[in-house]
Amino acid sequence: MSRIVSFFTVVLGVLTLTFLLIHLVPGDPVEVMLGESASVADRDALRAELGLDQPLLTQFSTYLHKLVQGDLGQSIHTKEPITKLFKKRYPNSLKLAVLSMIIGIVIGVPLGVYAAIKAGHWQDLLVTIISVRLSAMPVFWLGPILMLVFAVWLGWLPVSGMDEPASIVLPAMTLGFGLSAILTRMTRTSLLEVLNEDFIRTARAKGISERKVIFGHALRAALLPIITIVGLQMGSLLAGTVITETVFSWDGIGLLLVESIEKRDYPVTQACVLVVALSYVLINLLTDVVYRLADPRMRHAS
Amino acid sequence: MKTFSLSILIFWLLAVVLGRIAGMHGNDIDLNNVLAMPSLTHWLGADDLGRDILARILRGVEVSFLVSVIVTLITMTVGVTVGMLAGFYGGLLDKVLMQVTDIFLAFPGILLAIAFAAVLGPGIVNLMFALCMTGWVTYARLTRGQALSLRSRQHVLAAESLGAKPVRLMVKHILPLLLSVLIVEATYSLASVMIAEASLSFLGLGIQAPDASWGAMLRDAVRYMLVAPHYVLVVGLSLMSLILAINLGGDYLRDKLDVASSLHTD
Repeated sequence: MSRIVSFFTVVLGVLTLTFLLIHLVPGDPVEVMLGESASVADRDALRAELGLDQPLLTQFSTYLHKLVQGDLGQSIHTKEPITKLFKKRYPNSLKLAVLSMIIGIVIGVPLGVYAAIKAGHWQDLLVTIISVRLSAMPVFWLGPILMLVFAVWLGWLPVSGMDEPASIVLPAMTLGFGLSAILTRMTRTSLLEVLNEDFIRTARAKGISERKVIFGHALRAALLPIITIVGLQMGSLLAGTVITETVFSWDGIGLLLVESIEKRDYPVTQACVLVVALSYVLINLLTDVVYRLADPRMRHAS
Repeated sequence: MKTFSLSILIFWLLAVVLGRIAGMHGNDIDLNNVLAMPSLTHWLGADDLGRDILARILRGVEVSFLVSVIVTLITMTVGVTVGMLAGFYGGLLDKVLMQVTDIFLAFPGILLAIAFAAVLGPGIVNLMFALCMTGWVTYARLTRGQALSLRSRQHVLAAESLGAKPVRLMVKHILPLLLSVLIVEATYSLASVMIAEASLSFLGLGIQAPDASWGAMLRDAVRYMLVAPHYVLVVGLSLMSLILAINLGGDYLRDKLDVASSLHTD
């Protein structure tokens, strides 16, 4: 219950903060958006359109009112409704995030399990070293490197854009590799913790094969914290797409955000920030729910 | 771990000092040397305006480090103050302050910093402001949790019963016990601020030309990747080595100071 109350307070806070963004623009936001050469009439028209001539509270209530009706405003340059832009772009970002997540899980979880089984051996050390190195690689460097190797030198994949189905592979790899590094470390820690527990010792004492102990008993228990991390990272992925999409010219929300900043199209910037933040909050809430459903202890506690 | 991290840091320090002594200039444009490959005159080659990449990398590390240190100090001061007040007084103040941090945490990664930097306009001061606006939250959370439990420790209660004022309790009796946690957190945050600064500069929201910045250099390097792949490689490797060194230093400090930080356990 308190989880839901705090969810709504956070949503309201996010709305307020994004609403206030445009008021942080130094000087006259309308002048910044249109440039100094714009005529007074043009400026006044835009000011009235954005409601900036109204008192702050009126502006905020209009903003909320429109949001509830699903109206995010319109781009000041193309006059396109922002919801229309999102309908086109959001699925692209989502596709990228989901594929990166799959890549991250497919690489990260097995590697983590392997490292935990080989704990203390050189294989464990090697996996740890690689994952630490990978997590120190920011996407705006990993991306270009992958592009250089796979698209330019080897010529296996398209460099950028989204004309071919294979175009998604490089940006998804860029995001997925970083994620797999985090997942490897989490899986390893989580599994090692479980392997020290009494029920594992019991299982081993019963003479169950090591394979069954790990995959049947330990991994199931170790999956819980991994679910949480996957959920939390899914939200961060949406933010991580900003730079990756810019590097690969992937036509998603992130690129839309960067383009809107370059064009000083602040209503679009505002809407992008809002939508990504709300998706993040929502995904975190869902993660929490899934976690509760997946953990029998939590089910009985509540 | 320690030697590896220290040797990288010392390497960079020496490089910067030597570069200064040698009087390297990263802003000299030389159109005869556009995107030159590494040679004896330009050890790491030249960029798209014929400027020496090595000199610009060295200038970039100075700026990057300076920004990280300043931002870390400011965010730590603000965050610790907020967290300390929330954890010490509890009650309504705690509820309100923590609700505010929850709102800031609702923006994933550097999204909020991007948003702030976007509306404030580019430039190094605005960049630092944007990073400060979003960076204090971690410290507030961390300090609040610790202060909450330290508040009811016996030595704090004893000092209180002897008539110590709240400020004295917070600064003299609680803060010293937090130091090791904060030092470890600050080390990690040096690296994350460095990445955030480079990300914003990469997007064109941070440090502006002609000043060198690793993020902006990477952006140029990516643009000329086909003709001068060495550019993107050296800038990226430099950034990665420094971040790795700082993070490993953080791991070392964490183990050494025996900090059970829930944020960075692996």
